[in-house]
This record gives sequence, C-alpha cells and structure tokens, in this order.
Amino acid sequence: MTARTLINVPAKARRGEVIEIKTLIAHPMETGYRVGLGGELIPRNIITTFVCNYNGEEIFRADFARAIAANPYLTFFTTATASGTIAFQWTGDNGFSASEEAPITVE
Amino acid sequence: MIRHMPVAALLAAAFALPALAAEIAPAERKSDYEFMGPQTRAMQDDDTANPGMLGVLDGEALWNARVGATGKSCADCHGDARESMKGVAARYPAFDPALGRPIDLEERINQSRVEQQKAAPFRFESNELLGLTAYIALQSRGIPIDVSDERLKPFIEAGREIFNRRQGQINLSCAQCHNDNWGQKLAGAPIPQGHPNGYPVYRLEWQSLGSLQRRLRNCLSGLRAELYPFGSSENVDLELYLMSRAQGLKIEAPAVRP
Repeated sequence: MTARTLINVPAKARRGEVIEIKTLIAHPMETGYRVGLGGELIPRNIITTFVCNYNGEEIFRADFARAIAANPYLTFFTTATASGTIAFQWTGDNGFSASEEAPITVE
Repeated sequence: MIRHMPVAALLAAAFALPALAAEIAPAERKSDYEFMGPQTRAMQDDDTANPGMLGVLDGEALWNARVGATGKSCADCHGDARESMKGVAARYPAFDPALGRPIDLEERINQSRVEQQKAAPFRFESNELLGLTAYIALQSRGIPIDVSDERLKPFIEAGREIFNRRQGQINLSCAQCHNDNWGQKLAGAPIPQGHPNGYPVYRLEWQSLGSLQRRLRNCLSGLRAELYPFGSSENVDLELYLMSRAQGLKIEAPAVRP
C-alpha cells in the first residue's frame, strides 16, 4: 500500500538560495485514545518519523506524536546546494512506510 | 440593518422575526472563503497544501479504474474528465427525468456505477465516493453555479421551506443564522452565508473530506434537530436550494473550511 502524497519542491533554484519544501501525506493519524461504536479502543496508528535527504544527506527529520492531525502537512526550508534529488521517507505504526522523490536543478 | 444592531437587540430580533426572512441580495453574496482567516485561505489556495487534493488523487485513480461486471471505467465512456466533467458540478443537483426528481452529484456517480458499470454503489461519505466527487467537482473550478433548470423549481421551493423552518430543541431555522446574521460571530467563529460552492470540502474540524449532506446534518445536529438521512429528498432539496441561493458564485472545490 502506498499513501497519497503531495510534494512541492521548486524545480529550479539558484545556488545558495533558501528554498521552501512542502509535503503532505494521506494518513489517518489515529491517536489510540478514541473508542469505536462498540466501545472498544481504536488502536494507535500514526506516522512516527519523517526524514528528508538531499542527495543522500539528511537535512531534516521530524518525530510525529499522537496529537498531530490527520494528513500531516510539513513545510521546512533548506539551502539549494547542488542539482539532484530530494527524497522523503515517512515511517509509522503497523509497518507503515512511504517514500517520494523530487528532482531539483541548481544553477 | 439587523447585522449592525447591538447584541441584545440582535437576539431580540432573531427570536421575534417571522419565519420568512429576507434573502441575501445577489450583489451581497460571497463565498464562505471570504469569512476564513488568512492561514486557512492559504491552505485552499495552494494545491500542494490543500489536503482535499489527496482525495482528488484517489478520485482520479477511480475515474480510470475498470470495475464492475461490465469492466468499464468512468473514462471509457466519459473520456478525459478535464473536458467532459467541466462545469458539471456547477449544475448539480440536476433533474433526472427517469426518476422525476433531482439527484446530487454523489447519487449520480452511484447511479452510473450501478447501471453502467454494474458495480456496487459506494457508501455515503466513503473515501471512494468523496474522492471521485472531489475529482469531478475540481473540473468545475471557477465556473459559476447555475441551477436555473425550470424543472427544478418545485424542489428548490421545498428546500427553501426547510431552510426557513425553525427546527430542533434550539428552535432555529437555517435562515436565522445564514440570512439574518451572516458576518456576526457565533461562539467566536464567523457565521458565513452558508454557500455550497466548495463541496466536497476538506473540513479541518473533521480532518477529512466531507459532503454537503454531511455538513447539513452537522448543522441540524447543532440545532438538536432530527437529522435527515443521507440521500433523503429533504437533504437533496436543501442542497438544491442552497445552490439556487448561490447562483452565480464560482465553484472552488475541493475547498478548505475551518
């Protein structure tokens, strides 16, 4: 199963430019505190970690917790250093794993 | 103007007004978008920040998926949705001659699914139905609402009657908030005019996409009134009346709402 994602990385940037990266992923982020219609506890099902690599080097990492809303949206900044690939990896409960890549050209 | 009265006078007016209050003049109509804060607007304005677009991706996949006993996809008959579905959401609920009544976009999708694809209908508020509806509605972005079909008239009137009827333990009508007091605050939140031009919407409170019928049931629940069942004629008439009341406003689906 792959989750739907929406990634926004500028296709082109000047060397040294600070660029904004936006990521959105479809995930229920079930807290583990809610009960179902029958009164049973709905087990926790959240994304626990997000990692962003720029040409193989880790530039951003986030730990997610139960209070983060469904379909988490993350935005962060980095400096455009070289052309290549920006890779995103989400991992979570129940073996959840999703990855995406976006190319960037730095001039 | 009622909207500029002090609170006490306003409350007195709200409870003393006759059931049929003045409707919003076409020139004063504005999308509920106009009542949102800058952050929520920014979310809707950027398709990579709008979580409703995740549902659109689901819908696009479903549009092209071959399903049912006939093994046909939506695209096999309707082609490219970006062309064939343009403007469709702006004129739904639409009159169905065979049924002799209006049906909304969700029911129309399920009708195609059952009759053409010979597949099981989607459940109301399922991710599949919301996604496909969002994908189709997206193709009408920027197109003005037009439900001027003459055959819809009696159903619009039925919806208007429900809109103006006091309901529930709170004993309020839709009109008392959304016609008489739009722009005021209810428990700190702005009261919008209540237009249907962004549905299905990604509602932050729901943390998901939801249909107009869900939103209507949500309001009725706030009035502590009995909820109309999904797919009921009352819900569709209300949807239709809201569309006629928003005639000319542009579709902005999938909208983000607080």
